[in-house]
Amino acid sequence: MVANGEFITHQLRTVIAEELDEVVVSKTKASIQKTYFKPRNVVTISSDELLKAACCNLSESFETNPSVDVNFSDAITGTKQIKMLGLASPYLLITQENIPMVRGASQAYGLTYTPGPWVESIQVTKGAGSVTNGFESITGQINTELFKPLVSEKRYFNLYRALDGRNELNLRLNSILNDHWSTGLFLHANNRNQENDRNDDGFLDNPTGDQMNILGRVQYTNAQSGWVGFLTLRYLDEQRQGGEIDLQGPNELRVNAPWRSNLNTNRFDVSLKTGYVFPLRTYQSFGLQLAYSDHEQVADYGQRNYHIDHDSFYGSLLFNSIFGNTLNTFKTGFTVAYDKFDELVDTNSFSRVDQSAGVFFEYTYNDIDTWSLVLGGRLDRHNRLGAFFTPRVNVRYTPWEGSAFRLSAGQGRKASNIFAENQSLFFTGRMISIDSSQGQFYGLGPERATNYGLSFLQSFNLFNKQGDFTIDFYRTDFIDQVVVDWEAVGLLRFYNLEGDSFSENLQLELNYELSENLSIRSAYKSYRVKTDFMSGRLTRPLTPRNRFFANLDFKTTANENGTQWRFDLTHHFVGSQRLPANSRDGSNAEADGYGLWNTQLTRAFSAGFEFYLGAENLTNFKQQDPIVAADDPYSSNFDASIIYAPIFGRMIYSGLRWTSKK
Amino acid sequence: MKKFVLSVLAFSFAFTLQAQKSIEKSVIEVDGVCGMCKARIEKTSFKVKGVKSASWSTDTHQLTLIYDTSKASLDSIQKQIALVGHNTPLFKAPDEAYEALPMCCKYKTVEDH
Repeated sequence: MVANGEFITHQLRTVIAEELDEVVVSKTKASIQKTYFKPRNVVTISSDELLKAACCNLSESFETNPSVDVNFSDAITGTKQIKMLGLASPYLLITQENIPMVRGASQAYGLTYTPGPWVESIQVTKGAGSVTNGFESITGQINTELFKPLVSEKRYFNLYRALDGRNELNLRLNSILNDHWSTGLFLHANNRNQENDRNDDGFLDNPTGDQMNILGRVQYTNAQSGWVGFLTLRYLDEQRQGGEIDLQGPNELRVNAPWRSNLNTNRFDVSLKTGYVFPLRTYQSFGLQLAYSDHEQVADYGQRNYHIDHDSFYGSLLFNSIFGNTLNTFKTGFTVAYDKFDELVDTNSFSRVDQSAGVFFEYTYNDIDTWSLVLGGRLDRHNRLGAFFTPRVNVRYTPWEGSAFRLSAGQGRKASNIFAENQSLFFTGRMISIDSSQGQFYGLGPERATNYGLSFLQSFNLFNKQGDFTIDFYRTDFIDQVVVDWEAVGLLRFYNLEGDSFSENLQLELNYELSENLSIRSAYKSYRVKTDFMSGRLTRPLTPRNRFFANLDFKTTANENGTQWRFDLTHHFVGSQRLPANSRDGSNAEADGYGLWNTQLTRAFSAGFEFYLGAENLTNFKQQDPIVAADDPYSSNFDASIIYAPIFGRMIYSGLRWTSKK
Repeated sequence: MKKFVLSVLAFSFAFTLQAQKSIEKSVIEVDGVCGMCKARIEKTSFKVKGVKSASWSTDTHQLTLIYDTSKASLDSIQKQIALVGHNTPLFKAPDEAYEALPMCCKYKTVEDH
């Protein structure tokens, strides 16, 4: 280990050198990588890191990433919701291979439609991001890259089974047809038949149902001509049933039928990406992206019905080049978007069409080692938001080795799809009221916010071991917002913000490699998220003020034939949080903080075959009586949306993975 | 709005067209060791007018250059790199320049053995 800048001369005597074929100096790449020279605060999560959670889809892929918080959304669908910088996922731009993905109708459950084993890597950008993908991102961006047929393993097979009854099957088949063409076929299926009601409240702890998910892709690469292309098709079909268990006993006297939820989703995606790199001027390129998706969700929750059909088209043309030399680069182009919503809430129809077109320009200066700067702006015209300008800026400064100061500022705006984004409102008996202001969306105005932040990253060497330390501070200020007000018992109100609404987030992170085989990651996060409700300024409900995270990762050095043990242990502490007003707890009740432990052990029997066994929520921590008025689900007091901790308790799972390079 | 779109597009095209000159790509070996060497080699290359792109690999020690031959020559780029302490195929770094390099950039220590 070379600890300081001094040079170490390592001589190999000829005798030995002749016998040696090669000397391999290796350093395992960290499964979470921070960038030091990029202007933005980006963390890349590799597929190796995703293995630590073993399960199951994108919404569960952030358990070991401190920048993204995973929350429990409701007691009915078993979905996990993510937050960044204290705000929920609608304020993030979630893309798949740079095409906007989880938005509109798929906002609530969309992350569960990307199976973890399909994911090659995830890039999490905190704060203001690029203007090239649209005006919608406010708190940051999450981009997912799927496995590419040309470079990934030829075959992959995974089976998973959890003691809560969930089964999963994943398959990836890639083949290279010839010098230019390769194809991939990805399959995912999961189901749960087992009905669990460990807390005896009469409601299922997690839903039953199944999902079929198929993706096919064709990749074209021609290094001589400079053309590359990708065609991807995906079809998804899912059913989820939740709610009250059917009580079939002669002694059961019930006036009402059991409160059940049925959620059926099918979705079709197709995208075409083509790119051209100028053969001699490799710094110059064109990119064209076209994407279409049709997302249909039919749901009935108790006596409420919610149906949404969202057709979406997205197109972008991008040109990359330089001013003089590659220290000064720019991206420019335009995007078009078309979204058609057919939405039915009980018998009320909320159909609408959103159309927008915009041009963007982004200039990047990078002096290689000390400074970089990104100045971006876009001009859009939207049929409901009007014409507007979106500015964004990022600066990186490296005053000494291993450091990075980053500053970001930017604006974003979006239409609030109030029902799709807040689907947990259907798991309550609350009366829904929209305080119309004659706005363009459900009678409400659009949402607009400014986000700015500062970040400092420093790598260090202590006792000859590598580590890094980060301190981040971000603030989001809403100029316009659709306030979701849960502050009155039996009522849920939507109205336009009057006054202030902001979110502040401070994060301290320390990562350290204790030895070649053992590393530790830890983070402390503090949140101040406040909104001026009609009843006054309050902390946003179900938003913990403090969080702590630690992950211990141990792996033995892999043998020549690939055998290895891997172990990791994760702790989450979730601080106290304010609860929405409800008939049981009243107003401004607080839920106490709690801690969760997750662990996993993996045995690799060879480079291509491994078995894993893990436990989530090892100490079996459960929220007591998660559902308010569970015995009277058709009353206005009923509320299955006030979920701040696990419902099911300890969950043991195991699985196996088989990969083949040929 | 439309005017803006058009002007941005026209601007990009104008940019592409004016660059249809004598562009050449060359790969040369330059001695060096670390990330600091990389920054120095690349920055020096960019100081030569006409250099469009310069990228040095810490693994292979290859410097990939894209430059406009009407403004820059491979000779002039190599000369500048040698002057800041890094040997190139055509020019050896002067002793004073090499001595001035920080410890981690002393590539000769490796080659002497």
